[in-house]
Amino acid sequence: MSDTAITTGRAPSVYMPSAEALATVLAPAERPTRPSALSASLTFGWRALLKIKHVPEQLFDVTAFPIIMVLMFTYLFGGALADSPRAYLQFFLPGIMVTSVVMITMYTGVGLNSDIEKGVFDRIRTLPVWRPAALVGMIFGDVLRYVLAAVVILTVGVVLGFRPDGGLFGVLAGIGLLVVFSFAFSWVWTFFGLVLRSEKSVMGTSMMVLFPLTFLSNVFVDPSTMPGWLQAFVKVNPITQLVTSVRAAMAGSMDGPSTMWMLLWSALFVVVFGTLTMYRYNRR
Amino acid sequence: MSNRNTGLAVEAEGLVRSFGSTRALDGLDLRVPAGTVYGVLGPNGAGKTTAVRVLATLLRPDGGTARVFGHDVVRDADAVRSRVSLTGQYASLDEDLTGAENLVLLGRLLGLGRVAARDRAEQLLAAFGLTEAAGRQVKKYSGGMRRRIDIAASILNTPDLLFLDEPTTGLDPRSRNQVWAIVRAVVAYGTTVLLTTQYLDEADQLAGRIAVVDHGRVIAEGTPGELKASIGAGSVHIRLRDPEQRPQAEQVLRASLGVPVQLAADPAALTARVGEHGTDLEAGTQAARALGELAAAGIVVDDFSLGQPSLDEVFLALTDHPAVPADERDDELEAAR
Repeated sequence: MSDTAITTGRAPSVYMPSAEALATVLAPAERPTRPSALSASLTFGWRALLKIKHVPEQLFDVTAFPIIMVLMFTYLFGGALADSPRAYLQFFLPGIMVTSVVMITMYTGVGLNSDIEKGVFDRIRTLPVWRPAALVGMIFGDVLRYVLAAVVILTVGVVLGFRPDGGLFGVLAGIGLLVVFSFAFSWVWTFFGLVLRSEKSVMGTSMMVLFPLTFLSNVFVDPSTMPGWLQAFVKVNPITQLVTSVRAAMAGSMDGPSTMWMLLWSALFVVVFGTLTMYRYNRR
Repeated sequence: MSNRNTGLAVEAEGLVRSFGSTRALDGLDLRVPAGTVYGVLGPNGAGKTTAVRVLATLLRPDGGTARVFGHDVVRDADAVRSRVSLTGQYASLDEDLTGAENLVLLGRLLGLGRVAARDRAEQLLAAFGLTEAAGRQVKKYSGGMRRRIDIAASILNTPDLLFLDEPTTGLDPRSRNQVWAIVRAVVAYGTTVLLTTQYLDEADQLAGRIAVVDHGRVIAEGTPGELKASIGAGSVHIRLRDPEQRPQAEQVLRASLGVPVQLAADPAALTARVGEHGTDLEAGTQAARALGELAAAGIVVDDFSLGQPSLDEVFLALTDHPAVPADERDDELEAAR
């Protein structure tokens, strides 16, 4: 591909639309049948992959950011909260994995907001396809980023000495639970992405929600050291339920109540915020 | 299902849409015959884009009804979407993707198989002179190429109605001519085109009928010929050698032409409408006579032209105010004092 071939509107030579060439593309053809909901969603997912291919820098937040999070907190808190960073890591790794991935979910809203700003969404919204497909496809692409972030964190963890008792199967189950929750949680951000005016306000709002949600949980410390009122919040926080269930899975067991709560929260996010999102999407 | 070439492509009655306290559409009526190019002419902020967005199912009207090929744009939005395409004012493609990828993506979403979508994309790229740019990201395209790929994407499914929102704004003359040629070809193959523009000559060149829009409503409608007949065939623009002589020149022109004379921002320039009642011949004769009288009065004319009325002049004729958005107009009046 030569990059110099076309740099101005004039090259190559001068384009003048020819009637014959246009005739071949303008002749009315048979209308293809409308794609299924799944096929349309997967096509939008393919768009997300193409974007990663063309703008690989966007993977920075799912690679470098999680690595920094793991290193920073392991060595910052490790000595104080456990006997050593390595001992702390056994407790901490599933939690920081949840924190990092849940934080990355906000980019779904940011990406959607910038799409709308650029006008691509106008074209997408005038297509006769299953309405949620564009958003579902977008989140499919994001799920891939979540998996990548989880794998990166796990790798760093194992290098630093994290040894999950659940083995490969337990780890996969933990990542699976995390991905299910993150897929559901992304719908919160699609709603904010549609409602708020700019990328910056989407970022700001998501940070305001995500910081308390991830820190006021059982990710970093055991909640039994917290005052009663805070324990009450930590207990109902969906992140706590998620961390408990992921920890259990990676340790080779299963925490029934937490897993159930976490799945209920996920269903709630999809139903409530999925519905709100589609309402706004159709009415903008 | 109504035929794509007969009847009305668009029927809008009393469309209203507000954004906060601004009424972008204020009882807009529109009837677009199928199989033609229909021009919606107006200044920025007149409500053109809002009208297009309502008709393309992107915005819901607060009041009024609109039907596209008989389908209601709110209740039957899906049926409308399967028959229309929109090329917005801003890039309506994914700028991070290449031209070819964008077209394949849209082809897939419209239901084409993998191979068919690729073939269609190649065909379109070739027809629009973009084969060599197929593998480049759209954000690296020039303005004219971007317009072309946008329009190519819009005719991917050979729509029955194509909305083009200010398709040539910001383009150089060459690219503008390319877009015009494409519009003519598109309509020749039976697609109805609804085009918004700020340029009278563009509407005149392309459109079979024109609606002039101001403050969210249609203030005049007709064929270009009818519109021009109602506002005067054209304007005479005169530039004097000596700006000091302008007051005198204004008097001479007013007396000779019998119409108000506008003083341009340029201190040596004047503009007046000619041919109020129709034919170009009369306009030319009027202008020639006026020039003779200026010369007789000892006023030296450096530059002279007889042209179509500008959008500003159309608006002056139709509304007694120039074609600027309401909020800017007050500022201009302030500045003029």
